[in-house]
Order: sequence, then C-alpha cells, then structure tokens
Amino acid sequence: MQIDMQHISKSFGSNEVLKDVNFSVKGGEVHALMGENGAGKSTMMNILTGLLEPNSGTILVDGKETHFDNALEAEQHGIAFIHQEMNNFGEMPVLDNMFLNKEIKKGFGLIDNAKMKTIAQKALDQLDMKVDFSQPIGELSVGQQQMIEIAKSLMTDAKIIIMDEPTAALTQDEIQKLFVVIRKLRDQGVGLIYISHRMEELFEIADRVTVMRDGLTINTYNTADTNVKQIVHDMVGRDMGDFYPERHPKYGKTMLEVSGLTNSKFKDVSFSVRSGEVLAFSGLMGAGRTEIMRAIFGIDKLDAGTIKVDGKELVIKNPNDAISHNVGFLTEDRKTEGLILDATLADNIDLPSIDGFSKHGLIDEKADKDFVDMLLKRLNVKANGRDDEAGSLSGGNQQKVVLAKWVGSGSQVLILDEPTRGVDVGAKREIYDLMNELTDRGTAIIMVSSDLDEVLGFSDKIAVVYEGHLMDVVDTKDATQESIMTLATGGKNE
Amino acid sequence: MSNQTEAEAKKKFSFGDFYKKLGPMVALIVLIVLVSVLNFSFLDPLNLLNLLRQVSVNALIAFGMEFVILTGGIDLSVGAIVALSGAFTAQLVLAGVPTLLSLLIGMLTGAIFGAINGVIIAYGKAAPFIATLATQTILRGATYVFTKGNPITGTKMSNNFGFQFFGQGYLFGIPFPVYIMAIFYICAYILLHRTTFGRKTYALGGNPKAAFVAGVKNNKMIILIYTIAGFLSAVAGAILTSRLASAQPDAGNAYEMDAIAAVVLGGTSLAGGKGRMFGTLIGALIIGVLNNGMNLLGISSFYQQIVKGIVILVAVLLDRKQAKA
Repeated sequence: MQIDMQHISKSFGSNEVLKDVNFSVKGGEVHALMGENGAGKSTMMNILTGLLEPNSGTILVDGKETHFDNALEAEQHGIAFIHQEMNNFGEMPVLDNMFLNKEIKKGFGLIDNAKMKTIAQKALDQLDMKVDFSQPIGELSVGQQQMIEIAKSLMTDAKIIIMDEPTAALTQDEIQKLFVVIRKLRDQGVGLIYISHRMEELFEIADRVTVMRDGLTINTYNTADTNVKQIVHDMVGRDMGDFYPERHPKYGKTMLEVSGLTNSKFKDVSFSVRSGEVLAFSGLMGAGRTEIMRAIFGIDKLDAGTIKVDGKELVIKNPNDAISHNVGFLTEDRKTEGLILDATLADNIDLPSIDGFSKHGLIDEKADKDFVDMLLKRLNVKANGRDDEAGSLSGGNQQKVVLAKWVGSGSQVLILDEPTRGVDVGAKREIYDLMNELTDRGTAIIMVSSDLDEVLGFSDKIAVVYEGHLMDVVDTKDATQESIMTLATGGKNE
Repeated sequence: MSNQTEAEAKKKFSFGDFYKKLGPMVALIVLIVLVSVLNFSFLDPLNLLNLLRQVSVNALIAFGMEFVILTGGIDLSVGAIVALSGAFTAQLVLAGVPTLLSLLIGMLTGAIFGAINGVIIAYGKAAPFIATLATQTILRGATYVFTKGNPITGTKMSNNFGFQFFGQGYLFGIPFPVYIMAIFYICAYILLHRTTFGRKTYALGGNPKAAFVAGVKNNKMIILIYTIAGFLSAVAGAILTSRLASAQPDAGNAYEMDAIAAVVLGGTSLAGGKGRMFGTLIGALIIGVLNNGMNLLGISSFYQQIVKGIVILVAVLLDRKQAKA
C-alpha cells in the first residue's frame, strides 16, 4: 500500500498550520517525521486519519484519490494511528480494552470471550508477546501497553501504522524490543510513520525521514544519505553550531554534599556538587535517580544519611525546609508536580518565593509583579503576560515557567529532573544557555536525564545509578556512551 | 488579519471575565428587582435591615466555607458546630461567666472543633466529605447530650444586656450582627486576596502536589483553614444563640447547605483553586433575598426548599457551561 498526501493545506481561523505540504509513505518502509512542537506533524497525521478535514489537497491511496470522513473510515482502509497518550481504562482487563466498542458477540447480546481471545492472541503472536488477558491493563508496563496498542492495529489488519512518539515513556530495553517489532512489521510489508524527537532513534530505525517546520515539509531524505546536523538545521531553520553549548565551568566551594542516603528505593548514596558545576545523573528508568532527588528535597522520607548544604548539615523534613536553604527542584512531571495549570503564570512563579513578598502581613503587590515580569523576560517565556494561565503555554514555555520559579527563589543548588523532556529543540537550547548562565553565577546544578546525548553533551560530571546504587561518578570528558551504559546496566568499566 | 483576531480574542475574554466576576451580582440585582416588583414592602428599610441580619449568620459560615472549598474540600460539620458552640456559650452565660469571656470561649471551642476536622483530613488523609460528615454526626450528638435535648435558656440570658446586644442590638440604626459580618468579611477578604496565606490556599486547591513541591506546608494550611471555618461557624452560633436568647439542640441544622450554596452561587469552583470572597458575600445575599422574598410573598416553606434547590442547580449548570466554553 502506498499513500501520497499532495498539496495539503490547513488553517485554523487565520492561523495557517499546513502550507501546501507533500508527504508519502509506502508499505515496507519506516518513514520518520521530525519537527519541533507545532511544526504541523500532528495536524498532518490527523488529516491522514480523517480526524481533521484539509482545506485543500488530495490524499491518494495506491494512486486512487480517497477521502476519509472519520477515523473509522481510515481504519477500514488499513490506516492505524497509535497516539502518544494511550486511552486505556486501567482497571479493565487487557482483553476488554483491546475490544472496547468492537466486542464480538454471540447470540442474545452475549460477548464471545473465547473468539476474542483467539483473535487477540493471533495479533500478539505476531509480536512474540504473551499476556494474561484477564489482568487489568494498568498493571502492565507502559511498553507492554504500547505493544497491545500495536496488536490492536494488527487486529484491524493495518497496512499503515502511525506511531506518535512511541518511545517517550519506554525504557532502553523496551525501546529495543519495540524496534525489533517495527522491523518485523516493515519486513511483512507494513508501512510505518514514526514521529519522534529523538535524533539517535531516527538513524537506528528509519529508512526515510521528512522534516517539517512552520507548516512546511522542508526536505525528505533517505536516512543513509543525511546526518544529525542536516536534520537539526532543517528543523530549526538555521545552523545550531554544536547542538549543546560549551561548558566553561569555574568551580567554587562544595554546595551540596550527601552521604549514606538510604531508603527503600536506594542505598548508601554519597556524592557532592560544587558551585558552578553541572552534575548529571544517568541511569535506566526506575534506577532510583528521581527518588534520590525527591528524598534530598524532602518530598520522600530518608531512612538514613546526612545532607549538607553550603557546609551546614541540615534536617530536611519537607520541601519548605529545602527551599529555605536555597535548594530548588524542577520535578520530572511538570503537569502534576511542577505547575498549577489553571493558575496564572504569576501565581505559579512566585509561589516558592511568596513569603519574601509579605510586608506587614500583606503581599507587596508591586514588588511581586515586578519580580514575575523580570523572570518572564529573563527566561524569554513566550506568553501574553503574567496573567496567562500556565496550561495555555507550549511545553517548552511551561518548562521555562517552572525554571523561573526556582531561579526566582534564589536556588543555590538546583535539581533539574529531565529538564528538556518534551521540549522542542529551540527551547532546549535556551534551557542549556540558562543553565550555563546560572552556573557562571555560582549555582550548583544536578541534572537528572534519560537522554544519554544530553548527559554527555552538557555536564561536567556524570553520576550513574543502577538499581538504587550509585555506581560511579565520572568526569564527562572521560566518559563515552558505552562506558555510561555499562555502568547503568550494572557492569564495571576496566 | 491577526490584529483583528487578537482584538476578537480580547473581546471574548473580557466578556467571559465579566460573566465570571459579575454573573452573581447580576443574578442578585435581577432577584431584588423581581421581589420588589412582586411585593413593595421588600424595599422597606426595616425589612432590608432585617434581611441583612438574617444573612449575617449564613454569610459568616460561608466566609469560612469559601476557604475550605477553595482547597477542594468541604465542611459538613459547620451546622453542628453552630449548635454545640452556641450551647456552650449559653451554659457559660447562665453560669454567670462574664459575657465577653463566654462568647470568646464559645468561639474558641468552634475553632478547636474545626482544627480537629483539619487534623483528621490532613494527617488521617480522610476525604473531607466523609470526615466532616462523621464529625457533624458526633458534634450534633454531643449537642443533644450536652443540652439533654432541651433548649438552654434562662433569665440570666434574656436579662443580660451585653449578651442580647450581640445578636439583637442596633448601632446607629443598623443591627449589630451586620457589623460583625462586615468586619469578618473585610478580614476574610484581606486574608484571601492580600496575604501569602490566601495565595497558598489557591495553590493548594489548584494543585496540592505542585504546591507542596513549591514549599507550601499543605497539612498546616488544611488545619488552619478548617480552624477558620470552625471559628466563623461558632461566631455565627453566638449570634444565633443571642438572637433567640436560647441555645436550641437542633440549632444550625442543615446550615452547611446554605453556606455551600452561597459559595457555589458566588462562582467558586467545588474543584478548588478558583473563586472570590466577594462572590461568596453576593451568594449569601442571594440566598437571603430568596428566603426573605419568598416569606414576604407567602410561599410555603415546602415550596421554598424546591425553589432554592432549583436556583442552586441552575447556578452550578451555568458555571459548568462557562467552564467548558
């Protein structure tokens, strides 16, 4: 099967999101779609699957002009869309989820579980996967749930499968399994459209790549004929120089020193960070990196260990204690723990610092507003103003708002958990630049990251955690992808 | 082109803003006009002053309820606190304890009951609805035990000028409870909109996890907020006891409903994080005008309940619609 989207245009009101774009995919290839957030990737895929109506342009299926009125029609033509957010009902059994609204019935309106199991198992066999159909789907790992989604599309006999950031929540191990499945499907003649932000995956899995920017398709390459630099250039519309800004650290005194930190998630963790330093924390998902940081910041309890900030030993019972000693923490999940989405930017940004604006018991409104405006400007947050709701901003700008909170609270030790996750390339660069500026002024930064390129590209030292143990802390300039992965999987470097 | 849409967006936004801020106000004005047309004696100054005095009890409870609901919680025990703290105050006055001290002790016990609610919810991680439903039952039962099921009254209460003045007196022609309501409104308004305590209340309701990470001491805040709700309920209880010159064992029955209704009518979201103290004042006035107006119009109390329920329902549905848009 081959699909050609030709001269597609789409506007929402006066906002032109697709401008005469062309895109094609054929059976037996993995075609990656790259672009910053808002480049138009999702809109294009929504048009392909009948969720949106184009203003103009044609879709050819095997050379024949075709028009999908809705997602079901697209599905019947063999086009499946696996969304980034899986809409599963966590409490419901696997089987029920797989056949939701498509239950197979025998007489009297009764559901034919046996037949459904046979069909489902056939699809899962193609993926070499076994699950207990009666288990609640929420108990499966995200990776397994992803596989179930793929199995669902196989059940509908999909010829083209669209995957929107399928690896965003997967472990390294699960990603490799997913890739095996993708290659297998490709070899069976299925065409895959692969949307991702991760450059290294692109070169591992894709045969072709199309880069989009500002509603235009910039270029389509055979993956073998291009490189990272070219693609980044196309994505951002300019040369980024080196993707990561250089570090020129000047170290000062030790700002944070922990020793023997222990709770149920990690054991005997000791390390220190100096003023002006970026210490990256690497490791596989679930290794305990986030948990260590949460305990240092007083969100989770510690069973043992000592924490010294700026040379003083502290007892941190809650985040308030940490903040009052100038420790800041950008959490991994900005939507659930970083932001109050329907509060204004101002109410989000000044929250950790708000006690400082109390004058005779009342808030000094003017000082507070000036403070917020200064931070919005300094972090180059793109918004109408301080009264915008935080939830209305793009991911990158939301992240800058969370950073503004902690820059504003005067953090001397700043813990950043996945600071660039779900953030587009341009905003990523801005976040790195800001981190450089902060360390130049003497802040000590801990950066937890699952992105190995980022860890190697933008840190001074790397701490590697494996199953709750701090394996080693190495100088970034001596580290390689391989040496870090070895430590992260429990091995030792010679 | 883009300028035009921007202007349009602004226009739409300011209309939504207008609705959010002034919707309850408009409803109140419409209601007042309607009732005045149907019965001219509504606008009689004496009736209006009487109305304000009636409103004061519910308004005081509602001010506390506003804080509670902003955190995403609810307090069903306020009516029972009105009864028990009122009974304590009455007993103290009868026992010859100085009036002011009796009143203060009554209010203090209300604050303590509120604090207990807060501790159960904060540290027991209990759902506010169930926790305060339980304490409501306990406190109501305790009131019956304490009063032995009979009203507490006596000449020491009805002859005590200071005590009588608290609920029945007039100052410059205005009922004294109206002053109390005004003073606590100003306090509550400042606390919510001008202090860090208020900011943290909103943060707690908007996203408790994010608030905690940003250094808000969630448990402490919850306890303080339920303490405020308990305290203000006890103030209302003191007014009620003084006005009736007796403490009734079933005083304040279902008062939590009128207080919650006032908060919701005033535009505060039951999900927490959104609402204004001014709205709650307006909400309490709407309930007051509704009660007073229907009495003037001679509508039976059975029908009154139905009307009140419908009004609350309409307010909630309007609020939902607006939230979606």
